[in-house]
Amino acid sequence: MHADPAGVLTGAHFLDGDHAACEGALAAECRFVAGYPITPSTEVVERIAQRFPLVGGVFIQMEDELASSIAIAGAVWGGKRAMTVTSGPGFSLMMEHVGFAVMTETPCVFINVQRGGPSTGLPTLPAQADMMQARWGSHGDYEIIALSPNSPQECFDLTFKAFNLAEQYRVPVLVMMDECVGHMMERVVIPRAEELEIYPRRWTKAAPGEYLPFAPGEDLVPAMARAGQGYRFHMTGLTHNERGYPDMSVAAQARLVARLTDKIRKNADALQDVVEDGVDGADVVVVCYGITSRVALPAIEACRASGLKVGWLRLRTVWPFPERLIRDLASGLRAFVVPELNMGQIVREVERCAGAARVVGVPHAGGTVHDPAVIERAIREAVR
Amino acid sequence: MSERANPVERYLRSDRIPHIWCPGCGIGTTVNCFTRAIDESGIPMDRLAVVSGIGCTGRVAGYMHVDSFHTTHGRAIPFATGLKLAAPGMKVVVYSGDGDLFAIGGNHFIHAARRNLDMTVVCVNNLTYGMTGGQLTPTTPEEAIASTSPYGNFEQPFNLPYLAESCGAVYVARWTTYHVTHLKKAMREALLKKGFSFVEVISPCPTLYGRRNRIGDGLDEVKTYKQRSVIRNGAPTSEVSLGMTGPIVVGKFVDRERPTYQDAMDQFYARKLGDRYARASQ
Amino acid sequence: MAQTQIRIGGFGGQGVILSGIIIGRAAAIHAGLNATLVQSFGPEARGSSSSAELIVSSEPIWYPYVKHLDMLVVLSQDAYNKFSPALRPRGLLVTEADLVKPEPPIPGARHFVVPATRLAEELGRKIVLNIISVGFFGAVSQLMPLEAIERAVKESVPPGTLDLNLKAFRKGWEAGEQALKQAPAMA
Repeated sequence: MHADPAGVLTGAHFLDGDHAACEGALAAECRFVAGYPITPSTEVVERIAQRFPLVGGVFIQMEDELASSIAIAGAVWGGKRAMTVTSGPGFSLMMEHVGFAVMTETPCVFINVQRGGPSTGLPTLPAQADMMQARWGSHGDYEIIALSPNSPQECFDLTFKAFNLAEQYRVPVLVMMDECVGHMMERVVIPRAEELEIYPRRWTKAAPGEYLPFAPGEDLVPAMARAGQGYRFHMTGLTHNERGYPDMSVAAQARLVARLTDKIRKNADALQDVVEDGVDGADVVVVCYGITSRVALPAIEACRASGLKVGWLRLRTVWPFPERLIRDLASGLRAFVVPELNMGQIVREVERCAGAARVVGVPHAGGTVHDPAVIERAIREAVR
Repeated sequence: MSERANPVERYLRSDRIPHIWCPGCGIGTTVNCFTRAIDESGIPMDRLAVVSGIGCTGRVAGYMHVDSFHTTHGRAIPFATGLKLAAPGMKVVVYSGDGDLFAIGGNHFIHAARRNLDMTVVCVNNLTYGMTGGQLTPTTPEEAIASTSPYGNFEQPFNLPYLAESCGAVYVARWTTYHVTHLKKAMREALLKKGFSFVEVISPCPTLYGRRNRIGDGLDEVKTYKQRSVIRNGAPTSEVSLGMTGPIVVGKFVDRERPTYQDAMDQFYARKLGDRYARASQ
Repeated sequence: MAQTQIRIGGFGGQGVILSGIIIGRAAAIHAGLNATLVQSFGPEARGSSSSAELIVSSEPIWYPYVKHLDMLVVLSQDAYNKFSPALRPRGLLVTEADLVKPEPPIPGARHFVVPATRLAEELGRKIVLNIISVGFFGAVSQLMPLEAIERAVKESVPPGTLDLNLKAFRKGWEAGEQALKQAPAMA
């Protein structure tokens, strides 16, 4: 199914990541956004507010992020593709509804334009310190998908992709931008609508009497019913059976939680989205994502110029983490270097999979990006 | 037997009965009134959605045989907001308790009323948190004992009709579970009212509120509410606050017209943007 | 073309960021180059001072912030004081004639003075000071052809102000060309 041309701003533009993410959502047929202003993500909803009345979308500025993050769930069950947009403090408030969307298998998108934290932190400056929160921030055990764009172009591409993944797996998908990517302007090329493939909602084909709202298909994902179509279904954040009714038994919990995690874990390879350069035959591989993946490149080039064999492995999908890939690489490597704008988050995942290879983190508290010279030093020391 | 089937049975999920509520609890009574109100309203069940938060009343959604959504604590209204804006053809009812709607969810209530979102909010006000064991809520009367106010409550509670009216609700009524006919009628009117309608139901919680405050069992609590009730339709909502004792003013307090959120949005954008305005498809 | 690092600085309300967007857009959309633009956010960048960091290159740009300036355009004294020390030797410096006193001078800089305030007053609208500066910078920087920047101006200004802004752009460009001719030793 091709995208609705009404929402696709085909052409070459000079946009910042926030505006590009908005266009990605529009192209993906997102037609409901609930948001609450917060720096540095506000430009996304400002553009949505301007664009939506022209393309049949509904934007509502809610009273807070708690409201925004569940209003989108309501809209999804009402038939729309929906997202919310926020940054650090707002993301913290939204955590309960990330879990709610997981539990109720509500396909939706959360954009987090990351800024320095904790607490109010550095509202106008970048960080990548919410990566573990994206993975584990809501209570309980679950899996989500998180993407990490490194340019305004990718803010468009990956926001678009996030909607498709959300529909395919019926899971909240988190687009983990950062202030630098969000506010940086670059060329953004938006394709024609017929070049944009939409993953349609998995509406049930069952008749109302026969429909079980949480009975999984072969790929562990159940088909959805839209409110108002006579299905008279129930959904709840409680542990539930295939009918959607609460079931407080150990068996129901085991079955449901296993399925919710397995539908992502068993598709981890299909979900893997990395960009490699010079990884084959490398002595050291720099594992990076988002803005840091760009900043690492001058460092890698400088090391290569002096004869070091350095690979660049950029994670576009950070969650699920590409465990198998890192394990496979580890056996032939001397070291991984993991620069990130936090005090050491994804580096822990790499350590978990690195086997005998050394793992060198390059932490940074945020507020700006790494000086490439610091990453270069870390690479040189890693293979010394 | 089939000819004389319970008239409200088709509105309920019989496969989920027995329900979880205690003997003497008033929530079931409110649900009975609600099903009859739906019946009389003529709203097709396929076009009705019930959204609940968390708590004893939060379980209502799960017993209603309609599209039903049991959401998170305090957030039934914003969920319903998204649902209504995405599916404007549906009648959306939020059915929840006093703690859920007015403590953790209070901010959402005032903003939904301010926006005049086209939805009905039913608050079963049993003056306490039932599911967690009888703690203080924003409606617990002064002096009342709760597990977190063991010496009695010294906080001033909300006067819910006054709050609803001040924030912009177009329909506001209060009844108790004794007034089943009035309650059913109020619920029907609220369902048929365009805009943000609010029905408060004072309801017994014999297990916790009634027992701790020496009111007796569920029947005793209803009797008390009956004796204390004074019907004053059109009463100024500023005069209807509740105490431990004294009158419980019940009636229809507000019935007025205001453009709904969606009508205001459509009209506004049509005026500002003309032909460029693309109305949301349903 | 090697990477060129540019900063445009001034005070709030001068349209400094728009100037940067026009140059970035011209490079990235109309001149076949790559360009990144980062605005300075943060309390110190709001209100009184404002600046845009631009990198233009025929190669991909990875690191998006400027470090050593190849080119600096300043429309306020504050911006001059703050940013001029980062100018590379023989870097291009454009200062506004009435608003900036280039002291202390930057030795070895290829220094041009744009009379943007005066030219804007000639057009009757002081608000186009930034577009005049863009035209002037376009001519003296020789980064891109006139047409590329002119198209970006057209796409970036409010439709009702198009004629005025195009006039301002041309006026600035002509002044820049003239300045270049008068300074052959520096070119």
